[in-house]
Amino acid sequence: MSFRPDHELHGRRASRNYGLGAVLLIFAALVFGLSVVKAGQNGVPVLEAQRALQAAQEAGE
Amino acid sequence: MSDATSIDRDLDAGFGDYFALLKPRVMSLVVFTALVGLVVAPVGVHPFIALVAILCIAVGGGASGALNMWWESDLDAKMLRTRNRPIPAGRVTRDEALAIGLTLSAFSVVMLGLATNFVAAGLLAFTIFFYAVIYTMVLKRRTPQNIVIGGAAGAFPPMVGWAVATGGVSVESLLMFALTFAWTPPHFWALSLFVKGDYGRAGVPMLPEVAGRNVTRWHILGYSVVLAIVSFALGLTSIGGPVYMAVAVVMNALFLRGAWTITQRDDAACDVDKHKAERGLFKLSLFYILLLFGALLVEASLKPFGLGGW
Repeated sequence: MSFRPDHELHGRRASRNYGLGAVLLIFAALVFGLSVVKAGQNGVPVLEAQRALQAAQEAGE
Repeated sequence: MSDATSIDRDLDAGFGDYFALLKPRVMSLVVFTALVGLVVAPVGVHPFIALVAILCIAVGGGASGALNMWWESDLDAKMLRTRNRPIPAGRVTRDEALAIGLTLSAFSVVMLGLATNFVAAGLLAFTIFFYAVIYTMVLKRRTPQNIVIGGAAGAFPPMVGWAVATGGVSVESLLMFALTFAWTPPHFWALSLFVKGDYGRAGVPMLPEVAGRNVTRWHILGYSVVLAIVSFALGLTSIGGPVYMAVAVVMNALFLRGAWTITQRDDAACDVDKHKAERGLFKLSLFYILLLFGALLVEASLKPFGLGGW
């Protein structure tokens, strides 16, 4: 059983599909990276505030 | 059978055709000036957030390019320089370009807002609106001053970059805007002096076609003087410094000399040396913007060592 060689069109369609795949992967990576960075930035003050509160409560007791 | 009919569509787009809609060459200037605006700002930005911000600005700029190609496909088909763009060449449909332009505009603005702040996102949205609607749809085919006002769209990116870091607008960012704004007319008019006829064929009222080539030459000199004043004013702000000033003195001297040389020439002289002076000024204008913004980067990178700035 033999297949006809790929039309040049298939190459262009493949480039479109792989390109879109790459764009979506990059987008997912960016959103993930942003989440990590943002959580890190906002997380630290929250943790510090929690510790300060805990320390104040302990001192009060 | 559906496969056979679709193979008949020899002009199906590849990924590169969609990328070309985003005008990658224009994007490179946008990325560079936005990056400078972000780096020279007095507030530090997390490197990953800076990367995302620059990407959003690049994609927003690209989206406005796609909207521009959607609206101008009839013009592009008439001009030699733009005849092979994806829409006039038949590889991408107008509807696809519109959809890509609108989607990427919304995406880039929302992402920039979420990643940084909504002042930066608002400025990016206004930049896209200004380029796609004010310049492309309203001004370009109506007034020979199209380049002057349209230049504002290309001048916003350093302001967006600055807003990403600081969340606001300041004298420095306004002067970075003014520098690119005043640079655009002499840059494009020098080009239009030696790329003859193309815009005329397409019916776009470029200054040389409407007011004449001599008037254009004097306009180039006038804007070069404005450009020099703005560039020195920028050098006196907190982001300027001796390195920037030295570069500004040399580049403005060369630019003004080039602009003056052009005013002393007529069409006959241009034909003899094939627009040597005009081509020279166009090339110089590229170095001008690159070196001045580069000098701002140098000043910013010297600051941690106690150098740079005044």
